[in-house]
Amino acid sequence: MIGAILVMSLLAVLLGLTLGYAAVRFRVEEDPLVERIDAILPQTQCGQCGFPGCRPYAEAIASHQADINRCPPGGEAGIRKLAELLGVEFKPFGDDAAPTKPKSVAIIDENVCIGCTLCLQACPVDAIVGAAKQMHTVIASECTGCELCVAPCPVDCIHMVPIGENVSNWKWKYPVTILTPAH
Amino acid sequence: MNIQDYLLILIGTVFVNNIVMAKILGMCPFFGVSKKLETAIGMGAATTFVLTLGSGTSYLINQYLLGTDLAYLRTLSFIVVIAGIVGFTEMFVRWASPVLFRVLGIYLPLITSNCAVLGIPLLNVQAQHDFVQSLLYGFGGSVGFSLSLILFAGLRERLEGADMPAIFRGTSIAMITAGIMSLAFMGFAGMVKP
Repeated sequence: MIGAILVMSLLAVLLGLTLGYAAVRFRVEEDPLVERIDAILPQTQCGQCGFPGCRPYAEAIASHQADINRCPPGGEAGIRKLAELLGVEFKPFGDDAAPTKPKSVAIIDENVCIGCTLCLQACPVDAIVGAAKQMHTVIASECTGCELCVAPCPVDCIHMVPIGENVSNWKWKYPVTILTPAH
Repeated sequence: MNIQDYLLILIGTVFVNNIVMAKILGMCPFFGVSKKLETAIGMGAATTFVLTLGSGTSYLINQYLLGTDLAYLRTLSFIVVIAGIVGFTEMFVRWASPVLFRVLGIYLPLITSNCAVLGIPLLNVQAQHDFVQSLLYGFGGSVGFSLSLILFAGLRERLEGADMPAIFRGTSIAMITAGIMSLAFMGFAGMVKP
């Protein structure tokens, strides 16, 4: 009986020491906040925030170098989530970032398209199908509306068309409460 | 013991007495992480690492700490030690190779509750293996585990796209596939004489 207790205690002490030592010796400096911010960002890697991708933007937010309102693909819902995570006030899209736009998808004017594949390479979510010298087209359900394909098109045949509300994309609106100063 | 016997243990554990297919241990990760080939490979690698280390340490503990009079502490102490090794491995991998850590991810801590990882050290004791045999048995067993897991994941990825009646979709066809795979592994049974 005493022997059993001794053996188990010895095991526990040994393991505790090993794990304690490993925790100090193999410590990894990592900011868990970056992971959580990165999880909220839409991962379109579009670069409209001014950073080369979603993770760099997440790192910049975590180190207070960037505001939370710079991610147009994330939309207002994304900013709201970031504000909730970071415990800061919600703010609308800043003047220096892209303004709020109605959600839209890219539409290729197929009569004008010359099949240059430039927009295919620009699309971060592979929502454009087509091949060299073949007409391209956008898979509307995949398009995130990031507008990255508009600039590379040499014949300007890509237009952003807002999608109106319909049965399949309608959502409850966020409640808007107007704050009034207390008297 | 000569080299041939060691080789026999290795082949025997990988194919003939495959821990999943013949001993039906470790079913939880076998069904849980076999939906994608990538995760299956990650889980296989993590299990191989922990199981090899675990069977070596368990042998040492059983031989020098427990002996015969404290044999009733075997299961308890093995569980504790394996949990400790998994914790240590997680910290070490995180420090040594962040890339590998990202690949293994959640699967490392999951190994603690893998019954194959406890089963192999206990089988080692039952078979009265010495230290090198225990290590080989652990390594071979986990290679066998990885092999069947990866094969099964490959099959399941194909099955995703197959046209089958709705009643068979998902877990039911996975169960049937596992059964047929187990039958196929019985074909190895005559390969090595124990």
